[in-house]
Order: sequence, then structure tokens, then C-alpha cells
Amino acid sequence: MCLAIPAKVMNIDGNKANVDFGQGVLREVNVSLVEAKVGDYVLVHAGYAIQVIEEKEALETLSLWNSILEATPE
Amino acid sequence: MAENLKFRNPELAQNIAAKIKSLAPKAGKTKICHVCGTHEWTITHYGLRSLLPEDVEVIAGPGCPVCIVPAAEIDEAVQLAQMGIVVTCFGDVLRVPGSKMSLLEAKAGGADVRIVYAVSDAVEMAKHESQKQFAFFAVGFETTAPSTAVEALGNPPKNLSFLVSHRLIPPAMELLLGVGDLQIDGFIAPGHVSAIIGLKPYELFPRVYRMPTVVAGFEPIDVLMAIYMIVKQQSEGTAKLENEYPRVVKPEGNPKALEMMNKAFTVTGGNWRGIGRLPDSALQLRESLADYDARLKYGVHVEQGKDILLGCECHLVIIGKIKPNQCPMFMKACTPEKPVGACMVSSEGTCRVWAKNVAIQA
Repeated sequence: MCLAIPAKVMNIDGNKANVDFGQGVLREVNVSLVEAKVGDYVLVHAGYAIQVIEEKEALETLSLWNSILEATPE
Repeated sequence: MAENLKFRNPELAQNIAAKIKSLAPKAGKTKICHVCGTHEWTITHYGLRSLLPEDVEVIAGPGCPVCIVPAAEIDEAVQLAQMGIVVTCFGDVLRVPGSKMSLLEAKAGGADVRIVYAVSDAVEMAKHESQKQFAFFAVGFETTAPSTAVEALGNPPKNLSFLVSHRLIPPAMELLLGVGDLQIDGFIAPGHVSAIIGLKPYELFPRVYRMPTVVAGFEPIDVLMAIYMIVKQQSEGTAKLENEYPRVVKPEGNPKALEMMNKAFTVTGGNWRGIGRLPDSALQLRESLADYDARLKYGVHVEQGKDILLGCECHLVIIGKIKPNQCPMFMKACTPEKPVGACMVSSEGTCRVWAKNVAIQA
């Protein structure tokens, strides 16, 4: 039940924001638990954004994985 | 983020699996426990166990917040519904067995029980139907509790109250370490609980218990990477807390959510289905919100419920002691269509995940 899905913030009105889950359909979610701005990706759980996803961190994770794997001898 | 696809890259998965295999002889037998239904879904759905060497085992702990709601608290919700109060809940909760009946059975008997997608739906319903009394059955771990806190603190309508059954994950992880014959060697900590609570609550596992602990995300590569990181620690004889999921989990968690939780709830002892009472593992509304506490408002309280039916082995599945297919009822008397135990009810229950991915298990 801790499933949470990334979505892009399209517009914000107070505690509510319209977000896009990737299929162009906008859904209203509550953003009072995060400091999100338009264009951010947020993680949505049961109608509430619980965290802002750091795109920079996501890309760094990918390169970190590769570097860890390269650095470790077989 | 087109880069998202890389989190499911089969080549990378094979690469990580090869690394795990090469470290396994040095690491020795390694039993890794995760405590999240979504992790179990990822592991089972993508067949990750088939990529692991024989000596590396991944087991599922009490990671489904629906499965561990004790029957007594389902009974309380049923009581409320039978008193004429509209009970709102998440869909997963509807079929969880109580001592005598589930909320679905109460609904079939004429009670007004409604599924909501978010706690805010319950608030809207209560506003629109002001002549009726509403209760929201607040189930879930730290991922879900902040949303209940937002609405409880947000001046909700007077005809809405909360039946709070939220539970906290770290005390359950600590309990598993006390189960003598379970002998866990490492923890995969749940990414979305950690998005709220941060890293600090897990610090005791490496420090006190010498237990490698890795916070992980939910893509197949996330989970494989976490397994690799634990096996690597094990092979080096170290025990550290590492964060595999920094794109979502910050060391401090979500301070705003933690503050809301702290304002709305106090921490107390709570019963877990199949486990029993765990100190400091449950949330209850603060005294300042007592008017919104369904238990106080309507005087419902069930001291003891019937958690496990005869023959059901959910209590052993929940703590990872047996696998679902080791329960004699699995896919015989207990199926997703006609579940007997709570682990088969919720979409994140270990038995349900295994039942739905049976081809991958075979």
C-alpha cells in the first residue's frame, strides 16, 4: 500500500496541484506536504505528494550504478 | 524523465546479478529481509529471485500495512458501520477479515461502507452529506500517515472522525531481529516509508545489531542494487546504513510531513496481526484532536479479536518464517478470489503477490 507514483506538476493552486502521471491526463493531488513548483516531478501516494523527486539525483544514481559495477573486480 | 527506462534495463540487471554471484562465496549464506509489499511485488513480478545464487535468499517481512491490521481494529470499523456511521476506507481494507466479518460483509448486510482513493475524498463526502456521520479508517505506515495528519489538522467537518490504525515500520524491523531462528543478515528498508522518516530511524540496525541496511527504491534495478550492496557489505564483514534511493529519500526525510505527523499523533503501543503487541509502533490522535477520534466519539473499543483462523499461517508468512507456498491453504482453500487470511487479501500481501505471479514462481 506504500505504492507511490511519479507525476509532473503542471499547475498549483494553494494546496492543490494538477499533475500528469505520464499519459497526459491531469489529476488533482494535495501538495501541502512538499515544496513543489510547476515542472517538478513529485511522488504521489494516495492523493498526496509525499516528496519531490530530484532529477539530478536520479541521473546521478544511474551513473553511480555504472561506476560501482565498473569499479568492482569480478 | 526518459532515463526512467534505465531503471529496468535487463542488461544492467544481468550485470548486477553477476556481481552478486561473484561476491556470494565470500559473503557466505546471506538472508536478506525486506519489509515492504511493493518490494515483494517488484521481486516476484520481475522474477528477481531467479537471478540470485543459492546462498542469497530474500524474504518478505511485515511489509503490508493492510495485512497487519489486527482483527480487533477491523471489528471496530465494522461496529462503526453497523452503528449507522458511513465508514470510508482504502479499497484494500474492505475484504480484510475481522473476527466475525469484513467491512465488505458488513456492507453486504446493509452498512454504508465506501472506498476512497484519498483521505481528502472522505472529507469531501462528509462536507457534501452533512446530515450523515462519517469515519475514515486510517490504515497505513509512515507513507500514509502524513495525509491523515493533513486532514485531521485541517479543520475537518464536525461529522467526520478518524479510526486511526497507522503503524510504524522500524519497531517491526527490530522485532524480526529478536525472532531467534529467522537469522537475518541484512535489511532492505522501504523507500517510501523512508521518503517520510529519512535515514536516522535505521541507524540502530548497523550500529547495535551489526546489520547491513540499505534503503531501496522499487524498480527492479533498485532492488537488485540493494541486494548487491548488502552482499558486498557481508563479504567485507562490514555493517553500514546505505541509501540506494537518493532520488527520493533524503537523509532528513520529509520534515514537513514529520512535523504534521507529530502535531496530529502521539506514538503508542499497538497490536499487529500475527505478531502481537509492539511498543511504540502505533499512532493515535493527540488529545487536542480528541473530538475527531472515532474510538472516543462513539465509544468503540474491541480489546481482543480473532486474528488467525484455524489452518491459516499468515502469522508465519508475515514475519517471513515461511513462504506462501509452504502454507497448506495457499491456492487451495485460500485464493485471491476467496481469501482466508489477510496476506491473500491486500494486493501487497505476500500470498496475494505470489498467487498473482505464480507463473514466475514456478
